[in-house]
Amino acid sequence: MDNLNFFTDYLIASLRLAVPLAFAALGGLFSERSGVINIALEGMLLSGAFASAVGAFFTGNVWVGLLLAIVIGGIVGLLHAYLCVSLRVDQLVSGLAINLTAVGLTSFWARILFNSGQAQKLPGIDAIAIPGLKNIPIIGSLFFNQDPLIYLLFLLVPLTTYLIFRTSLGLSLRAVGEYPRAADTAGVSVSLVRYVAVIISGCLASLGGAYLTLVHVNFFVEGMSAGKGFIALAALIFGRWHPVSVALACLLFGATEALQLRIQAFNLNIPYQFLVMLPYIIALLALVGLAGKSTPPAALGNPYIPESRDS
Amino acid sequence: MMTKKQPILPILLPILSPIVAIVSALLVGAILIAFSGNNPVTAYTVLFNESLTNYYGFGSTLTKTAPLLLAGFGVLVALKAGQFNIGAEGQIYMGGLGSTLVGLYLPGLPAWIHLPLALLGGFLFGGIWGGIPGYLKAVRGVNEVITTLLLNYVALNLVGYLVQQPLIEPGAPSPYSPLLAKTSWLPIILPETQAHAGILVGLIAAIVLWVMLARSPLGYQIAAVGMNPTAARYAGMSVRRTIILVMALAGGLAGLAGASEVLGLRHRLFDQFSPGYGYDAIAIAFLSRGNIAGVVATSLFFGALRSGANVMQRSANVPVTVVYAIQGLTVLFIAISFALERKFKFQGFFKPQM
Repeated sequence: MDNLNFFTDYLIASLRLAVPLAFAALGGLFSERSGVINIALEGMLLSGAFASAVGAFFTGNVWVGLLLAIVIGGIVGLLHAYLCVSLRVDQLVSGLAINLTAVGLTSFWARILFNSGQAQKLPGIDAIAIPGLKNIPIIGSLFFNQDPLIYLLFLLVPLTTYLIFRTSLGLSLRAVGEYPRAADTAGVSVSLVRYVAVIISGCLASLGGAYLTLVHVNFFVEGMSAGKGFIALAALIFGRWHPVSVALACLLFGATEALQLRIQAFNLNIPYQFLVMLPYIIALLALVGLAGKSTPPAALGNPYIPESRDS
Repeated sequence: MMTKKQPILPILLPILSPIVAIVSALLVGAILIAFSGNNPVTAYTVLFNESLTNYYGFGSTLTKTAPLLLAGFGVLVALKAGQFNIGAEGQIYMGGLGSTLVGLYLPGLPAWIHLPLALLGGFLFGGIWGGIPGYLKAVRGVNEVITTLLLNYVALNLVGYLVQQPLIEPGAPSPYSPLLAKTSWLPIILPETQAHAGILVGLIAAIVLWVMLARSPLGYQIAAVGMNPTAARYAGMSVRRTIILVMALAGGLAGLAGASEVLGLRHRLFDQFSPGYGYDAIAIAFLSRGNIAGVVATSLFFGALRSGANVMQRSANVPVTVVYAIQGLTVLFIAISFALERKFKFQGFFKPQM
């Protein structure tokens, strides 16, 4: 029975660690499907983590924290979209600038607002058990006794899949990311689609950040996104820009993180660093084609210039 | 498009934009400092006085400038060939590792052999770490941006593992390697400060790089591939070979940054020894618009920011993190000003498509 409990705990931990990754990766999916590279996911996660801490700290209400995270994430997304789409700044440079600025601004304001640099004891989001179903062994505690954000994620994955592959909105999104000139000719506004996609991307990644503060640890620490945005990017590559595969990739990376944390906690003499590396190595192998060839959307990274004839 | 009235503007613009960006970032920084309940003028005076005019402070500035300079060149040289090297951070770690291995396992050599060998070790390890994405880009067409970014975390954790297990100093309270042989250390150049000869390595690299880019066939190929790979191919150049070479060179230069940090400052390999120099390097290369002297100036500015920030925190009570905000905002503003320049039809260093 103890072994079973340990196993169930491990699965739950894997799922919870996968949640911020999955929100950010789904966010990245919208952005990159529309043709805008988003290495700013890292900065968006951090902004969300910070905004939710501020909201929850000053109102004592987690939902205000979540709302603030979504708003701030949307603003960061808007900034990335403005730089990449309207100003045609190099998308990597824009992402890099956003990441650097997010680290600086959040840690600066954290020291001003929370004095010690971290918001002590924020309210957390409680789990909502689904009566009846929660009593099923393992599955019950894994899927039916979780916080609302996990339920939201369970809905979001099929919803995104449907939206992207089965609706005309999704078709526009993919067209803009694969062949913007054709989309433009067909009357789709490339700029508008990219703006919306990148803003959604900011909101979702920011929600992932809020999950870090409001569910994982209940406080804000400087630089707490700690590369999770890049792991999300790795999941996006490994999952080949498909919502279901991306979510599964996040689950895999969440499971390796949970394993790595257990190795450290129990002080086992296993080099856990190799587990930390795993997401990045898997993504590299996927890119090279050794783990199933991963091909990004064709127009990824290219600004769309209506008056020019190429691209 | 240009009228006869403004012939001076296109010449001034390349310098003007970065300066406007830096000044704007400092202004926003000033507002942040004011929000923290301090006087921005006092804070900036402390920051720049301490880091540029005080002897010890200047020593600390040079210590921080050295890795920024070398890593900045690592990003710059790749950009010249149109390659985006986001991997300087990982290359710094691998460079530090290479130097450490030479410093630890080749003792008993005279310093004039040992030190150059240790630097070479750093260059080679960094070069391999840059060459891998170069190879993947040239031969398999994998975007170098993503691969270099991913390799950063592989390098960081590889070094983390090595200093925690096989390379750890016996009985060390936290993960770090034993002390390197003294013969492999970079000498101190300003007595009684930490300023070491890493800055000289950086300046020598600047000269070598300038000669190479401006005067050698390889430099010509790099420029040709950077401007127009298709034309370079028609002109009979091997675009693949150039990309692999330039990425290896880029990694090597960033590797030297790690080498200088280990051989000059720490004399051991530490877990997480780089405070993000590799990411600052991207900002530096970008701000300097492909200009080698620009990299020197920008590295000094970023080095001064980093070294003065601690003093500012101690004496003016301004959180040191304001400096990270200023650095990020500088990149943000420079990106915007380049884009605006392009809108007004001036040709920037970076073309809209990569």
